[in-house]
Amino acid sequence: MLDLTKYDSLGAALRDALTRWPDEVCLIEADREREKSRLTYRQFQEAAEPLAAALQDAGFESGNRAAIIMTNQPKWLISAYATFFSGGIVVPLDYKLSAAEHLQLLAHSKAAALFVEYPLWRAITQAAEFHALRVPTVLVTEAPPNADLAGARRWEDFRAVHAPEFRPRSRKDAACIVYSSGTGGRPKGCVLTHDNYLEQCRALTAMYPFWPGVRYLSILPTNHAIDFMVGFIGPFTCGATVVHLRTLRPEFVREAFTRYKITYMSLVPLVLGNLRKGLQQRFADLPAFKRKVFDALLAANKRLTRRRPNLSLSRLLLKQVHQAFGGELRALFVGGAFTEPQTLQFFYDLGIQVANGYGLTEAGTAVTLNDFNPVRTDTVGRPLPGVELRIVEPDAEGIGEVAVRGKTVMSHYLDDPELTAETIVDGWLMTGDFGRIDAAGHLQLFGRKKNMIVTAEGKNIYPEDIENAFAGLPVKEYCVFAANFIWPQRTMVGEQLVLVLHPEAGHAVDDALRAEISRRNAQLLNYKRISGYAVWDRDFPRTASMKIKRSVLAEEIGKQLDRGAMVPL
Amino acid sequence: MKTIEQTTDEILTLAATHFKVPRAGLQASDDFYKKLGIDSLQALELLTRLENHFGVELPDYEVQGVSDFSTLASRIQARL
Repeated sequence: MLDLTKYDSLGAALRDALTRWPDEVCLIEADREREKSRLTYRQFQEAAEPLAAALQDAGFESGNRAAIIMTNQPKWLISAYATFFSGGIVVPLDYKLSAAEHLQLLAHSKAAALFVEYPLWRAITQAAEFHALRVPTVLVTEAPPNADLAGARRWEDFRAVHAPEFRPRSRKDAACIVYSSGTGGRPKGCVLTHDNYLEQCRALTAMYPFWPGVRYLSILPTNHAIDFMVGFIGPFTCGATVVHLRTLRPEFVREAFTRYKITYMSLVPLVLGNLRKGLQQRFADLPAFKRKVFDALLAANKRLTRRRPNLSLSRLLLKQVHQAFGGELRALFVGGAFTEPQTLQFFYDLGIQVANGYGLTEAGTAVTLNDFNPVRTDTVGRPLPGVELRIVEPDAEGIGEVAVRGKTVMSHYLDDPELTAETIVDGWLMTGDFGRIDAAGHLQLFGRKKNMIVTAEGKNIYPEDIENAFAGLPVKEYCVFAANFIWPQRTMVGEQLVLVLHPEAGHAVDDALRAEISRRNAQLLNYKRISGYAVWDRDFPRTASMKIKRSVLAEEIGKQLDRGAMVPL
Repeated sequence: MKTIEQTTDEILTLAATHFKVPRAGLQASDDFYKKLGIDSLQALELLTRLENHFGVELPDYEVQGVSDFSTLASRIQARL
């Protein structure tokens, strides 16, 4: 791989990668069973530099921001590289957000350019707030020939023939602004520097190396920190190949493993859990004799790899299982949410390493990672090289808030010094998660201190962001909480949101109100829905500016009501 | 050519069969995530089943953000 200590920016490192491995394939794009394109590093450069030149001609300057709203595909990475090459800052936005949310974050990030896929752009132009959009250069990919682009230009035609100017950046300059949440209220734009990414990349590829010939299957959104690192920066700085699959249908994902002989893939716990269920079903369906043979081989593999993985041995013993994954799989990276130890153990017993860890956008990609030395499915691993962990105010069992310090911790939240000061205290990033560091230096997690939930699909949900959905309910006041924030449980799975209602004096929650709550709830995206409500008969404590004192209220409710007071919807 | 009502009816019947719930309990305006109690991956399973039945291809992005049967029906109808 490239020696990343020699580089000051992602743009400089990627530029060298493109000339270092000109004939290696860097990108394969497949849609279902059809392969749509295949690019070498040289072809990638030939596609990106004319785009960078045109961008610069359009007035895009060093330090300007360019947002990307696309599903996983080569044009995402080409657009990002053209931005870095031009000294710009990439703003990766979640393509699954609504058009109104996209517009809100485009405004907040003050993007000077936008790269967007046509169906997503069409939705943005139809949003009520579209008239307020102020992005000078909008480039739309894959638009039909006669489509009305509402003032935008076609990405495919936006090219200049002259060589673009490479604009250097320093390690302390911002590389990306990544929104960790806050679409409903206070956008949290994590400003991550070139130093953050280069150091993170060095640490991760030291544990899980890439090289020419390695193939990474990209199905997690590229806007997500994990895929951005292990599906772009990591493989590109090592000459490896990224396979973009433009569907998430399980049958095509399975097929991609064998067709492209995948080496690594990242996924969220929900997908990993489904994969486990599918495999368990297939094992259960084996005829009795085959099942006996399989069980014996599985037992042998478990015995022989109890302390350390032995990939070649596992591939030999459990050949059919490994062949179903293409025969070349080295590891699955799981992230975005907490993974249950039983699922990790299930795959480990099959000889498939699932690299789980702990991370948050504010700290780059990962803070800890399991290194299988030895195998520990009950923890989220040890800190990555260069990352320090501290447990703040530990209780008698050593459990307290996890704080992180190191070169991968973000610079600040965009335009929010107050929130930055609350989150980064004396150089330590306060994670809001409870944990303990054991004697072997492994981090174990025990629920959250902060008022939020993370779904098995890896979605961070902040209750404040969904409160608007219940505006105007015929009650005196209401508030949404993470149930664990009111009634702490030492778990990171099965988290729920609860609506706390304070009815008007003399009123109760009747069928009509319940129906209205259900109706509003159904309008939210499925992963943002509340699981139930609780009734509270006292005034909410408020600040002088009438904001709800959420922590005080949660504590009061937690003391007076037990979790059973939550009425399921 | 099927009418939108026929398409919707067939979708509801297939969803009921696939997820083993009574057909009578499903309506076009229902949110299928909530009504069927399914996650995003199970929704993709349902899409594959519908594609096979109607002989159309529905790209993942076309159903991004869709959660009710009637919108799903209109997306399928447009491709018949």
